[in-house]
Amino acid sequence: MSVNRRKFLKIAGASALIGLTGTITIEELLKSNAEASVTPGPDALTAKRWGMVIDVNKIKTKEDYEKIIHACHSIHNVPDIGNTKDEVKWIWEEEYENTFPGVSDEFIPDGIKHKPFLALCNHCANPPCVRVCPTKATFKRPDGIVAMDYHRCIGCRFCMAACPFGARSFNWRDPRPFIKEENKEFPTRMKGVVEKCTFCSERLARGLQPACVEKSNGALVFGDLDNPNSDVRKALSANYAIRRKPEIGTAPSVYYIIGGNEHA
Amino acid sequence: MLEKALTGSKGYWTWIIILLAIIGVGFISYLRQFDYGLGITGMSRDVSWGFYISQFTFLVGVAASAVMLVIPYYLHDFKKFGKIVILGEFLAIAAVTMCILFIFVDLGQPARVMNVILHPTPNSILFWDAMVLNGYLFINLIVGWTTLTADRKGVPPPNWIKPFIYLSIPWAVSIHTVTAFLYAGLPGRHFWLTAVMAARFLGSAFASGPALLILLCFLVRKVSKFDPGKDAIQALGKIVTYAMFANVFLLGLEFFTAFYSQIPGHMHPFVYLYAGLDGYSKLVPLMWISTILAIVSLIILVNPNTRRKEKMLAFACAAVFISLWIDKGFGLVVGGFVPNMFERVTEYWPSLTEGLITLGIWSIGFLVLTVLYKIAIAVREQTASWPELH
Repeated sequence: MSVNRRKFLKIAGASALIGLTGTITIEELLKSNAEASVTPGPDALTAKRWGMVIDVNKIKTKEDYEKIIHACHSIHNVPDIGNTKDEVKWIWEEEYENTFPGVSDEFIPDGIKHKPFLALCNHCANPPCVRVCPTKATFKRPDGIVAMDYHRCIGCRFCMAACPFGARSFNWRDPRPFIKEENKEFPTRMKGVVEKCTFCSERLARGLQPACVEKSNGALVFGDLDNPNSDVRKALSANYAIRRKPEIGTAPSVYYIIGGNEHA
Repeated sequence: MLEKALTGSKGYWTWIIILLAIIGVGFISYLRQFDYGLGITGMSRDVSWGFYISQFTFLVGVAASAVMLVIPYYLHDFKKFGKIVILGEFLAIAAVTMCILFIFVDLGQPARVMNVILHPTPNSILFWDAMVLNGYLFINLIVGWTTLTADRKGVPPPNWIKPFIYLSIPWAVSIHTVTAFLYAGLPGRHFWLTAVMAARFLGSAFASGPALLILLCFLVRKVSKFDPGKDAIQALGKIVTYAMFANVFLLGLEFFTAFYSQIPGHMHPFVYLYAGLDGYSKLVPLMWISTILAIVSLIILVNPNTRRKEKMLAFACAAVFISLWIDKGFGLVVGGFVPNMFERVTEYWPSLTEGLITLGIWSIGFLVLTVLYKIAIAVREQTASWPELH
């Protein structure tokens, strides 16, 4: 069978059309997916820039810390592998001088010097981890949350090298055997991908505060940094608060009140 | 021309079989890593890049060094490099192949590697690195193959290849600059956050690559009838000398900035690498071996009398290569992670599996190099018997 010019054009035109519509359909699909993942539900908490204020003095006992950390790690299926090499953690305790290297002064009250501080992802306004990711697997949402797509991450760990806060963990091995009680409502991760705190974006979407905030007895305050009437802004205007490594320009969204007063 | 790699002496085939055996062991080790995860390596939450990424970084330099032959030959008409330019280009091909493999085995989810292409992200330096490395591999493949084919026929290379040759010059600089940018633009990693990083990378590249090339030239002369030429080797020796001085000078600048400013964050990684920090000193002996080898090599290289003696030159080149391999293929990457973001020290040492995979990839590189050199040498031996063509 010979293909004449007319026939060829017909086939070419049809293929082009299929090609075009095919592309459009895929684009539409991608678009609706992307929108769905950030479209707030009816009860969702929304903000222009989510932030957190940690009033260090309000977390007193070891149990207080454990309660906060456990709340996060249990609902997010964070494995407890039991060694520091393979460790995965989203929120944890660090001493003052380790949390604020270069800022820690020689003569400060012992109560602060050896007090554990909570460390977590700072959800920087200018996040270097997002800048370096070669696949957009980590990205900044319009509400300021630095999120992760575990299905796109290729595990190059460039984000871990770039994060100035040591907030990111890599799944050096299959984490699933190390999850004590799996929360079926939150995905588990597989080996070979990076993960970190999400500011409980999945809870915000359902109108809930982050798990750590909920269990903190008011020591952790969460809200919109762009809204002067939000709880976080009120806490920040009533107290002197510091951020980790502000000098390198990543603009962290997590603040620490060191010598907090009763109004906070 | 490939058929030329299929005939060889007993020694040639023994070498090939040894390489294949090591590659086999490396491959089995990789399957184990693929199954278990990267936790099988010595890397950790704190030192999240290790041997693989540092080998990659070092080998980008070796690859880029081909330009040290291309510039004198094609831009300055330095005829003595005519016969060995191909060796530089083929070394670049082998080195880039290893670079790509080292990146691949470092991925936690290697099956998703195409995401870099599917979701191109120009703000990520790693995206650009993937682009320039593959581009460089492509350029060297077509330039090397085309010029060698022309050579075999005894005709000058076609004109269309010229733009590719000229393009390979800035491209070689780009691969190592982009690789340096992987490190030099990260806030919070004091050891890497330095404007001279790319310059230092190029300095060390133009020393380590030509040093390896000199050693390869000696080897080629020993195992074949092809003589790269005494003058060509000596000219390369001068390049190694200048580049090694530039590299040591740039490293010295880093020391000055860190220790004269006395900024703790800048000093800590250097203290860790060369003296040990908080009682951790695993890399100290290695870094001093690197330092001593660098000094010894410079003493030999800077003195024309010793540099001209081929045995001394070979020794100096081996010293340069090992010194820079330790400095860049180990210390540079690990030093960036120590101390960690909380000023705690976590040490790193590669695991056995990691070592075997690394060895496997080096063997793949040497296999590629052997086959390509075999072809180039066969062509050279053939054309050497033609009296008046060159």
